[in-house]
Amino acid sequence: MDFGFTTAAYVVAAVLFILALGGLSGQESAKRAVWYGIVGMALAVAATLVGPGSGLWLASIILIALGGAIGYQLATKVQMTQMPELVAAMHSLVGLAAVFVGYVAHIELGRVMHMMAAMGPSLTEAGRMAMMEQQGVHGFAALLAHKSPIEQSILRVELFLGVFIGAVTFTGSVIAYGKLAGKVTSTATKLPGGHLLNASAAALSVICLIWYFNTGGLLPLFLMTLAALFIGYHLIMGIGGADMPVVVSMLNSYSGWAAAAIGFSLGNDLLIVVGALVGSSGAILSYIMCKAMNRSFVSVILGGFGATTGPAMAIEGEQIAIDSDGVAAALNEADSIIIIPGYGMAVAQAQTAVAELTRKLRAAGKTVRFAIHPVAGRLPGHMNVLLAEAKVPYDIVMEMDEINEDFPKTDVAIVIGSNDIVNPAAQDDPNSPIAGMPVLECWKAKQVFVSKRGQGTGYSGIENPLFFKENTRMFYGDAKKSLDELLPKIN
Amino acid sequence: MKIGAPKEIFDGEARVAMTPASAVELLKLGHECLIESGAGALAGFSDRMYQDAGVDVVKTAAALFKAADVVVKVRPPTDTEAKRLREGQLLISFFYPAQNKDLMELANKQGASVIAMDMVPRISRAQKMDALSSMANIAGYRAVIEAGSNFGRFFTGQVTAAGKVPPAKVLVVGAGVAGLAAIGTATSLGAITLAFDVRPEVAEQIESMGAEFVYLDFKDSVQDGAATGGYAAPSSPEFREAQLKKFRELAPDIDIVITTALIPGRDAPKLWTKDMVEMMKPGSVIVDLAAERGGNCDLTVPDQKIVTDNGVTIVGYTDFPSRMAAQSSTLYSTNIRHMLSDLTPKKDGVVVQNMEDDVIRGATITHAGAVTFPPPPPKIKAIAAQPKKEAPKELTVAEKRANEIAAFKAQTRNQVTLLAVGGGLLLLVGLVAPSSFMQHFIVFALSVFVGFQVIWGVAHSLHTPLMAVTNAISSIIILGALMQIGSGSFLVILLAGLSVFMAGINIFGGFLVTRRMLAMFQKS
Repeated sequence: MDFGFTTAAYVVAAVLFILALGGLSGQESAKRAVWYGIVGMALAVAATLVGPGSGLWLASIILIALGGAIGYQLATKVQMTQMPELVAAMHSLVGLAAVFVGYVAHIELGRVMHMMAAMGPSLTEAGRMAMMEQQGVHGFAALLAHKSPIEQSILRVELFLGVFIGAVTFTGSVIAYGKLAGKVTSTATKLPGGHLLNASAAALSVICLIWYFNTGGLLPLFLMTLAALFIGYHLIMGIGGADMPVVVSMLNSYSGWAAAAIGFSLGNDLLIVVGALVGSSGAILSYIMCKAMNRSFVSVILGGFGATTGPAMAIEGEQIAIDSDGVAAALNEADSIIIIPGYGMAVAQAQTAVAELTRKLRAAGKTVRFAIHPVAGRLPGHMNVLLAEAKVPYDIVMEMDEINEDFPKTDVAIVIGSNDIVNPAAQDDPNSPIAGMPVLECWKAKQVFVSKRGQGTGYSGIENPLFFKENTRMFYGDAKKSLDELLPKIN
Repeated sequence: MKIGAPKEIFDGEARVAMTPASAVELLKLGHECLIESGAGALAGFSDRMYQDAGVDVVKTAAALFKAADVVVKVRPPTDTEAKRLREGQLLISFFYPAQNKDLMELANKQGASVIAMDMVPRISRAQKMDALSSMANIAGYRAVIEAGSNFGRFFTGQVTAAGKVPPAKVLVVGAGVAGLAAIGTATSLGAITLAFDVRPEVAEQIESMGAEFVYLDFKDSVQDGAATGGYAAPSSPEFREAQLKKFRELAPDIDIVITTALIPGRDAPKLWTKDMVEMMKPGSVIVDLAAERGGNCDLTVPDQKIVTDNGVTIVGYTDFPSRMAAQSSTLYSTNIRHMLSDLTPKKDGVVVQNMEDDVIRGATITHAGAVTFPPPPPKIKAIAAQPKKEAPKELTVAEKRANEIAAFKAQTRNQVTLLAVGGGLLLLVGLVAPSSFMQHFIVFALSVFVGFQVIWGVAHSLHTPLMAVTNAISSIIILGALMQIGSGSFLVILLAGLSVFMAGINIFGGFLVTRRMLAMFQKS
């Protein structure tokens, strides 16, 4: 097989990948879109296996099969609430793979250059190739040998970038995984020195780049890798749990750029195309998430919330508790109900109870809808997936802009485990750290019930005036337990 | 102390200031209770019931005034009653001190303290003693009932075998307590209810009761009811004109008008003029709850029900609460009882008139030989002032157009700048880099562009599947590993092999998870 076939297969695969992403514009077309992605991937792998520059394809297939078996196990065993962790963990694999591929490229480049230097400049191109063939140079190294000196320099830069981004993605994803899985503290923690450490690590990387560009030695590459690993670790450690949706989509973006950079160094267009697609998709997602929180990308990356400009508005009133009988009575009387789920619902695994409640209320002829804030949960669209898992029909699940105006016409709003996204201080208190962030205006409903574990504050650590409003009642307790208690009382 | 309730002298007044139930509570405060014989008869409380509750029944009013330390009443005292007051006695009653200056002087001359129930300040703490509200609530309810009994049709619309009945249209003017009660009653009877008030902040309350707020097209800064203790204040002539114009528009359609507009310390504003009455359909009903203070309607005759030449009934009764004496006595006596329990802080039967207390100070009009009316403004504001809202500026068509053009220009400028800068940078790179690099770079730039275009269309709810799918396809890095695995040393094979392995996990895991997620989305 020759280049032509491989390239043709790559074109088809690239189109399939674009269709796979574009198909996600609707729930129904999305189901078809995944198949496009799968076929595209299969095609790409097959074409590469039979294409130039590869060998040991039996070993490759065995390795893919082994990896596939593990991937299958992971994907089928995982709980839907653990989805964010899984996605973050898988990002780290891509990052690490990019680092490895970059290193291999470095090793091979060194070897080929060494050989070429030994052969001297007198030989013709064809003769050089023949000699190398004799010395056991084939596959990827043979490709490298075709390159001119300038191309090899550029290749070094590309490879260097690929390794850098890959390394940042790797440690970053591991930390993100740890935070999401609760294995690493979710608060924003920084080593003494803070961003100065990141900056110096980045500066070190730049120095290494120049060094590497000139010498091509292993040491600068290695040093840079260490620095990048540190940056990934420290950057994500410094970002609080509430910003995780941004972090995960950002890492997603990085893994794409890493693939694109490697694609450049290997001269593989498909890698570039797919890397760029993934990279830009992650970047847009991060942008959407940031906008939903009314925060700039930079301030999320720098971690923690910006300093407040003045004392927060004093909150008057008290939090009034209510028991399940009270909630049930109000729900039985209400005609229209909006449920606002948050991370607390995911933590308590309460989505099936919520779905059951929805079914019962709908059976009683009431209008029940869900209001989803763009940053609810720990992943973009996290709540939608959980509700879908619990078989809540997606056409009653609304996004913020669709439903925000309907609150004044709503009898009961139920807030389940969300806090900052329903905080009226974002609108009322210009000194609030979340001032200006779009929020769900649930307090405009006739009655609001807040299902919450205790009197604590949300992830951003700020008081929520909603809980003190006259039409708000606090329904304390674990969300799942509270709902299970509530369910039999709904008629 | 002895608390006594005389029989109301005012003609037609059926209420009584003490009920057997309230007496029981008063006894618990350590007081003794007296009642004039027959005082509760019209409200349905016999002497026997009072006796059973432990109240001493006194034969005459004179004897009661003599025996009691505290006299509780409904209506302001008549001159005769006022003259019976004596030094150190306390009278608790409706009094309307602003209108009854002479009576107040008289009571003061007699040396009695007077607490006027109509002067209880409107703060949350004093709500339990707010007799005006509890009476207004009854008046509002009763107004609808009166209207119904004089209205020849249903309130609710019905489609029956005998024909279709249109629903009645009710307009409530003034959404105070009485107005809101009327709205609630009218809507629950099934009428289409409209409501108007000069205070725009009550629109929410009106809508919460199920009525439709009648908005005025009026630009002037509208008054904030909070500044006047939750009551309406007189409005400007221009505002009044706009208001009357709106009413004239509505009048021909309205079946029942209930007016409740009152401004504290003034005659009732005339809001429903003669020509509006003439515009109304025959059989329509107007209930004027402000009749006692002159009426909101031009044609209202206080205490009477009249029918105009064009067949509109105008009810001008001033005794709506009294018409529901059992209910109103129960509520009023409870208000009185709460007042007395505030006056008896130690629950030991000793009345302490604490003039430092906002509520007691506000309601007391004469005390210790001096007139203490009008009271100083209460220390606590009744209602939090509405934060002034900056009204969004209405843009004219020309301004809108200009804005659009400006936005379009800015967008064009942005795009052109971006393209120019991007293009320039590309050219710079192209000058240095070899063509093989540039070929790949074109592919890269186009892919980024395609990515941006495609991802904007992804549904918000599918962001998690999107992440999973991009994660899966980012394992395209496997291609790099596959290309390298066959070349060179053991170390290379090891590293490449590991990469292939990890990417393999990712491919299968990512796609499977995506499929699992998508399979869960379903339509109802």
